[in-house]
Amino acid sequence: MSWEIVIGLEVHCQLNTDTKAFCGCSTQFGAEPNTQTCPVCLGMPGQLPVLNTVAVDKTILTGLAINAHINLESKFDRKNYFYPDLPKGYQISQFAVPIVEGGYIDIPTKDGGEKRLGVTRIHMEEDAGKSMHEGLDAVSHIDLNRSGVPLMEIVSEPDMRSADEAIAYLKQLHQLIRFLGVSGADMEKGQFRCDANVSVRRPGEPFGTRTEMKNMNSFRFIKQAIEFEVLRQIEIIEDGGEVVQESRLWDSVKCESRSMRSKEEAHDYRYFPEPDLPPLRVSQQEVDAIKAGMPELPGQLRKRFETEFGLSSYDADVLTQTLESAAWYESLVAAHPADPKRCANWMANELLGRLNDAGKELSESPVSAARLAELLNRIGDNTISGKAAKDVFDAMMESADSVDAIIEAKGLKQVSDSGAIDTIILEVMAANPAQVEGYRGGKDKLLGFFVGQVMKASRGKANPGMVNQRLLELLKG
Amino acid sequence: MPFSSLSEIQSRLSSGETTAVEVAKLYLDRIASYNDELNAFVHIDPTHVLAQAEASDKYRSEHDARPLEGLPIAVKDIFCTQDGPTQCCSNILKDFHAPYDAEVITKLKEAGAVLVGKTNMDEFAMGSSTETSAFGVCRNPWDTERIPGGSSGGSAAAVAAALTPAALGTDTGGSIRQPASLTGITGLKPTYGRVSRRGIIAFASSLDQAGPMTRTVKDCAMITAAISGHDPRDATSVSDAPVIDWLSACESRDMKGLKIGKPKEYFVDGMDAEVRASVEAALKKCEELGAEIIDISLPNTEYAIAAYYVIAPSEASANLSRYDGVRFGHRCEDPEDLLDMYTRSRDEGFGSEVKRRILTGAFALSSGYYDAYYLKAQQVRTLIQQDFTAAFEQVDVIATPTSPITAFKLGEKTDDPLTMYLSDIFTIAVNLAGLPGLSQPCGFAQNLPVGLQWIGPAWREDTVLSAASAYEAATEWSRRSPAAFGGES
Ligand SMILES: [Zn+2]
Repeated sequence: MSWEIVIGLEVHCQLNTDTKAFCGCSTQFGAEPNTQTCPVCLGMPGQLPVLNTVAVDKTILTGLAINAHINLESKFDRKNYFYPDLPKGYQISQFAVPIVEGGYIDIPTKDGGEKRLGVTRIHMEEDAGKSMHEGLDAVSHIDLNRSGVPLMEIVSEPDMRSADEAIAYLKQLHQLIRFLGVSGADMEKGQFRCDANVSVRRPGEPFGTRTEMKNMNSFRFIKQAIEFEVLRQIEIIEDGGEVVQESRLWDSVKCESRSMRSKEEAHDYRYFPEPDLPPLRVSQQEVDAIKAGMPELPGQLRKRFETEFGLSSYDADVLTQTLESAAWYESLVAAHPADPKRCANWMANELLGRLNDAGKELSESPVSAARLAELLNRIGDNTISGKAAKDVFDAMMESADSVDAIIEAKGLKQVSDSGAIDTIILEVMAANPAQVEGYRGGKDKLLGFFVGQVMKASRGKANPGMVNQRLLELLKG
Repeated sequence: MPFSSLSEIQSRLSSGETTAVEVAKLYLDRIASYNDELNAFVHIDPTHVLAQAEASDKYRSEHDARPLEGLPIAVKDIFCTQDGPTQCCSNILKDFHAPYDAEVITKLKEAGAVLVGKTNMDEFAMGSSTETSAFGVCRNPWDTERIPGGSSGGSAAAVAAALTPAALGTDTGGSIRQPASLTGITGLKPTYGRVSRRGIIAFASSLDQAGPMTRTVKDCAMITAAISGHDPRDATSVSDAPVIDWLSACESRDMKGLKIGKPKEYFVDGMDAEVRASVEAALKKCEELGAEIIDISLPNTEYAIAAYYVIAPSEASANLSRYDGVRFGHRCEDPEDLLDMYTRSRDEGFGSEVKRRILTGAFALSSGYYDAYYLKAQQVRTLIQQDFTAAFEQVDVIATPTSPITAFKLGEKTDDPLTMYLSDIFTIAVNLAGLPGLSQPCGFAQNLPVGLQWIGPAWREDTVLSAASAYEAATEWSRRSPAAFGGES
């Protein structure tokens, strides 16, 4: 009998506001420990939180982008627990009434369709500080620079049925968040972290006992951790045991998970309404204004690229991975409107491929969209062949010289002079009398041989269209 | 002079009859003479007080005097001040020095006041007798064998014995009004949201409110005028609160036509008969002055204490979590591990009443009990608010006793927390509803002061002040002072 896997995800995403959720401290990453703190985010006696409305707007924008309901009145609650990096002894969060409820994310399926995955809620909360143990002997150091940085917690329905679906959901969400510009979502900096709730059951049966894999920040580890956990649970049940509800940590070095705390020690967070903050009220007009300012989302862009520019769904997907790449492509097409498909090929295969090999971001590209368009225009007007263009492009990645200067310097200008081409053709014909005779005797396939020879003789510079045309005429005799 | 009101001192300062330095010296001398007996102050720095007074005299010589120019004001140890320690009378905050001033402290300084020191209080404001202070009990100047009330007992005793002409307190369930009543002075708890809570060490955030403790109603108005106003760094400080003309409210003392509600639930069996008689007499006086006494009912009053002792400890249990030995305050010696550090630091730092309330609050919020306790208490709170709203459709202001009893003996109730909690039976509902409340002296019972409480609709401190001023002008009670401390009672 088979097993069904049930996965629900909780994503913690740091909002990219300039200041923290409840005070004016900077959120800049990487500063000296405890330099970006104030009495409020240090939890000093008597200090009170004041909500950063930019964080509210960004959370609403995210909610709108997943077609969720925005609660015009939401509330903040205190989540109580003791930990050295939690200065107040509670975290301000939204428990009873979150600002965003009930949205969804569609992921592509293998058969080319889509699967809709529910999002239960998005609520706002503050991040805790960071405990540092490494290199310290029996003591821990606390850095509270991160304390109070605004977070969105995005909670999914338990709708994923495989690790692959979970990863697809996370990638869609990650891309969406970057598109919206609400978070850098840099996973290495902990700006996009995931807890995965995993359980298994026999199909048709109620949900099994779940475990929670905590705080993962790499797609690869998340996939490994889920797959490991699924096998672990199946093995326990098949051996006649029972899965214990607990939180588990993924050890990416040993490739195994281990228990953080068992149910007996499970926290009772004693949530209750945060008395220092009045209910959060937003007006429908404010929500509408945020909606009006929403950028085009990846799904819409992908579809538009397919219909407007005739791109394959693969190319459209590659080019809409980030808002930046989509914008880059659009400016490329604007500068070389003749052939959007050629634009897509060059950007997806040549440019992004090379940048990827060099470990560079699009923003670091030495070739601008305008400059690439110049090159594509030179292919379009037959100045150079597509093959020669690749050499030119290599040079463009290295130097800032103009496209024409590079073509000139490399001597790659295409020969489109019919006299010059005729001369080469006649030389080739003279050198290969047997083939000329064969062609004239009906072996049409020999045309390819002559094209090859002529191109070779011109060192690739002959205009292939003209070569074809003149060959047909001259070979007739 | 020592038993003068702020406004009397103010007129002597502005006529040049005296200086801020002379005034400061007078009260510093009295503190030096009497504080050992009362333990009203827990921190005093005479050099710093005189420096402020000198600066004030200099300011007066160069500018127009500010609203509280040169006037000495003491503050409860719950207010964070950059000068001197802020310890909330708890061992867990022993020697804590706040790197900031509370917003009300900033406002007092800006108004030209001379801050005299920190007054004693129940630890973290939890108590009704100032017996839970980690720095020793405070005594009532009318009878030093008795408590001064709490939790702002130090401020009350200091004003009653004229160790300072005025002081700030905080009121979560009656902590300004009850000690004011038990020491024969006047105390005002403004409407919740009127005065910033920033920099006031939190007890129960949804109930705490700072206010003045003074000799006269007008003095309360002067101080409230100086400390109230919107604070953008306190999200519960109300930005569009109606502004009132505090001093004019005290001048308009006409009681004619004033409808005073007398809630039957506040005149119950079990209260001290003499207290009841004093308050009844006070209401009779108001009637003579032209007011109309209307019998009203606040039916949910009986549930106020129960609701309060769920909500306040719940909020306190979270507010006090930050005292964990990690970053400031007391840390136990040589902790074995993290849990040991938490438990021992907190065990050593907190007194038993604070522990009792943290446990009560943690229990009320714990899963499985939340609905039965916390949620229920919040529902009761709503009902109590509705009671007041309905009452204020009939009357302008409500008058009640402030406390059902006069000051009790030190130690008399310390072993019986439940009886102690009943001390605040008449003040708590006002906090649950967030309304303004004032206590003023209205008589004596067994030679101990009795307090009359005025309760107004939200933001109508003017009604409260005006009624209390009219009563004050027509009676002598606020001029009484304890003979043992040089008064003329
Ligand atoms: Zn801060």
